Amino acid sequence: MDWMAAGVTLRLAAWTTGVLLVIGLPLAYWLATTRFPGRGVIEALVTLPLVLPPTVVGFYLLVATGPEGLLGRFLSLMGVDRLAFTFPGIVLGSVVFNLPFAVRPFTAAFESVDRRLVEAAWCLGVPRWRTFWKVVLPLSWPGILTGIVLSFAHSLGEFGVVLMVGGNIPGVTRTLSIAIYDEVQALNYAAADRMALALVGFALAVLSLTYLLQRKVVRR
Amino acid sequence: MRLRQYLRGLLVVLAGGLWVSACQKPPVSDPRPRELHVAAAADLRYALEVMRVQFEAVHPGVQLKLSYGSSGQFFAQIRNGAPFDLYFSADVDYPQRLIAEGLAVDTSFFLYAVGQLVVWVPNDSPLKLERWEELAGPNVRRLAIANPQHAPYGRAAIAALQALGLYERVRDRFVFGENVAQTAQFVASGAAEAGIIALSLALAPEMQARGRYRLLPHEHYPPIAQGAVILLPAAQRPEAWAFWRFVQTVEGRQVLASFGFLSPDAVGLWTGWPQG
Repeated sequence: MDWMAAGVTLRLAAWTTGVLLVIGLPLAYWLATTRFPGRGVIEALVTLPLVLPPTVVGFYLLVATGPEGLLGRFLSLMGVDRLAFTFPGIVLGSVVFNLPFAVRPFTAAFESVDRRLVEAAWCLGVPRWRTFWKVVLPLSWPGILTGIVLSFAHSLGEFGVVLMVGGNIPGVTRTLSIAIYDEVQALNYAAADRMALALVGFALAVLSLTYLLQRKVVRR
Repeated sequence: MRLRQYLRGLLVVLAGGLWVSACQKPPVSDPRPRELHVAAAADLRYALEVMRVQFEAVHPGVQLKLSYGSSGQFFAQIRNGAPFDLYFSADVDYPQRLIAEGLAVDTSFFLYAVGQLVVWVPNDSPLKLERWEELAGPNVRRLAIANPQHAPYGRAAIAALQALGLYERVRDRFVFGENVAQTAQFVASGAAEAGIIALSLALAPEMQARGRYRLLPHEHYPPIAQGAVILLPAAQRPEAWAFWRFVQTVEGRQVLASFGFLSPDAVGLWTGWPQG
């Protein structure tokens, strides 16, 4: 078992989920409530990583964050050397690639909140932010949990983007899924087997726990 | 309300997780000066592992972090800023180009070995390796070679097949490994009936247990002269130079020789091929 890779994997999943919460919740709330006519396009953009091959996402990220890319130039102005082959680089790749896994369940959850309750709160003089915090968020909780768990579990197993953007650097960007790929090439099937089993077990446990929790919350 | 407590708890846990993982980063005053990141051609996979153990025994506190892949992929990654300290290519062209682009220390270039090609088949294969024509026969539906676009061993394999007059007959059977180690894995797992791989991989215990091989005659392909360089970020790091020297010691050369690498002077054995 490559514990270093396991550590990188967990850190990557935690950061991805954290960033997705911060940018995904507002984005999803906006998508769920807006009357903006171009909403469909934005939704399509968010869903795009779901259907695109990871190589496409990885390639664009490499180009964009490279020394000639727009993002890369901006970053070097900010004093950041480069993103490719670094841990923040694979977090960025993972966030982009997991966007639909978080934002879609978030949006669906916000949409299912009864609009009348929100408006009732407003009529009673509750400020918008407090309404969101006290009414919307508690009511859409199961969907938000689903989004968190899906993106966490999915980023545990992310392979293509991480390999392309991160290379395969031990302790920095070598996640479990890449360590497995590496061990298979080394014909070290026993090690690959252990890590694969660990990933299967962990993913199964996380997903089962979510479904259990969700059922409880829904039944309430 | 219980739900709000759930949510709040979750946020606290997540924030805590992020905080902990942020704290795990070593403080700025203590970077990891003792780690050496080595990008190595995949044919070195087993040999470098042996060298790593020997080197770390003599240099306690220095940790070699090895990444294996095709030479061309590492070349591209290094040009894109991948943070490696040393680069062991399976050819001389890629390291020379890195020097020309100012990404590697020019005085650090050295030939460390000359690789050899073998045809490898699994134990239960009916193929007779005495006759090269069998590669074009009905027993080989898939022939694994490394991707010639970025793997020097793939290019050598194609040159050898052309010299044997088999290239046109086998070209539609190729399966391309991303690097020569993956190529070896393709045949070792039985996914391909035969493969053209590096002798250094065929000599690894993992491969020897699974199949047999025959050396391709040297006159059939240009010498796989392999060069290494220290990359610019490590130019001033004594550990990098220590490993650079270690590979060239008798000890280091013995390890390479035990994995079937020829000494760099062996380039002269290739008659009829332009040297260099």
